[in-house]
Amino acid sequence: MIPRHLAIIFAVLVLASLVMAGVLFHTLENAHKQMLTGEDSAPTKAPAVAAPVNASLLVASDDDNSLRSQVYSLPLPADPESRARAVLGKLLDLYAAAGSSHPVPGGAASVEQVFLLPAQSASGASKPAGAPRATDSGPQMAVINLKGSFVAGHPSGLETETLTVLSICGTLSANLPRVTRVRFLVDGEQHESLAGHADLTRTYLTSDIAPADSGIPAESVRP
Amino acid sequence: MHWSSGELRTLRPLAVLLVTLAAMGRLFAQAQQAPPVPGSRFMVVLDAAHGGDDTGGHLNDGEYEKAATLALSVRLRSLLGARGIQVITTRESDQSVNTIQRAQIANRANAQACISLHVAETGSGIHLFASNLAPAQPTRFEPWKTAQAAFVTRSLALTGALNSALQHAGFPVTLGRTDLPGIDSMMCPAVAIELAPERASNKTVKSAPDDPDYQARAATAIAAALLEWRSEGREP
Repeated sequence: MIPRHLAIIFAVLVLASLVMAGVLFHTLENAHKQMLTGEDSAPTKAPAVAAPVNASLLVASDDDNSLRSQVYSLPLPADPESRARAVLGKLLDLYAAAGSSHPVPGGAASVEQVFLLPAQSASGASKPAGAPRATDSGPQMAVINLKGSFVAGHPSGLETETLTVLSICGTLSANLPRVTRVRFLVDGEQHESLAGHADLTRTYLTSDIAPADSGIPAESVRP
Repeated sequence: MHWSSGELRTLRPLAVLLVTLAAMGRLFAQAQQAPPVPGSRFMVVLDAAHGGDDTGGHLNDGEYEKAATLALSVRLRSLLGARGIQVITTRESDQSVNTIQRAQIANRANAQACISLHVAETGSGIHLFASNLAPAQPTRFEPWKTAQAAFVTRSLALTGALNSALQHAGFPVTLGRTDLPGIDSMMCPAVAIELAPERASNKTVKSAPDDPDYQARAATAIAAALLEWRSEGREP
């Protein structure tokens, strides 16, 4: 026969174990949720602490096959590669929004990475030893790594694909003037076309791109 | 001056050699001329985009772009044939033809107009695209992927002729430049025509790009433009 006080102690210990198990399970759930939340807010979004600056986006319109410059006030990071990704993210968010003039699903998360590399001069002539490096002040080539899901979901067509490519190149050039050339990768690899038409194997020159309203003052700043 | 039969026998191979050299020289001189002799036959190449495994875009009614471009190509070929224009097509059925083969067909045809046909669900009306390459002087051997550079000026003129005819027929037209590997390798005045839906003022679709009546109207206007292009006597 078990003494009464031992039975009470045993019951209290079992109850305490159950409560501790519950607390542990709840803590694990919270930690998992926090981890997922952290992933969602990762690098594409500009840090809220950055001061808003005016970013010029070259926005496409399927209605008249045009690219128009629109100015937005955005909190952009100082790092050029993060800045490039942030402005492209904003551009693709506009295209993914309802009622877009150039509807393309995907949004900001479609840009995996943007790399800025020194652009080689067209002549290929080597610089003298004392000349400044291209990374310091010379022209740059942007390599944009798009997600495969963005390419898979992009509407097919000569006009729509050309507008997407040109608006990305033009937006980069408008906000990072040293970018003179742009190349595209999809999931880290060379891809033949965007959705069957626009050539993604070539290098695009930003000097070839001009907005439809170039020369006209930019529109009022949008939030 | 008299030649003995022995001397004639000796000179005969020399004469044959001289005639052969003269013929080769003439052929070489002809090859140097990039454009064909004016007044020669008028040839149009119709390139129905996609085909086979390459389905192109998906239209809203479930049809593939490759089928709609082929239907448009067949209509246009019939209209041009009825107007006495010789036509070469890059495909006549649902078969895979890569961009290199398309350009090869066009370049062998030595055509006065090369039309690449596309359809899309985005935008409205008809989109005309010329190559984005900067104009360049023709050379004897054109680099493969930029061969169109020597023809860009005439491609833009052909775009203008198509624009006029399509607008005259009541189609809204948008113009642009693009980088399309198939066209960039063609050595002829080349234009990509993209048939988008015909839309009402509230942007609802009046005619889908694979609608037979819509395609027939567009093909008639394109044929009229090519007739005008022929009458203007613009050789490549």
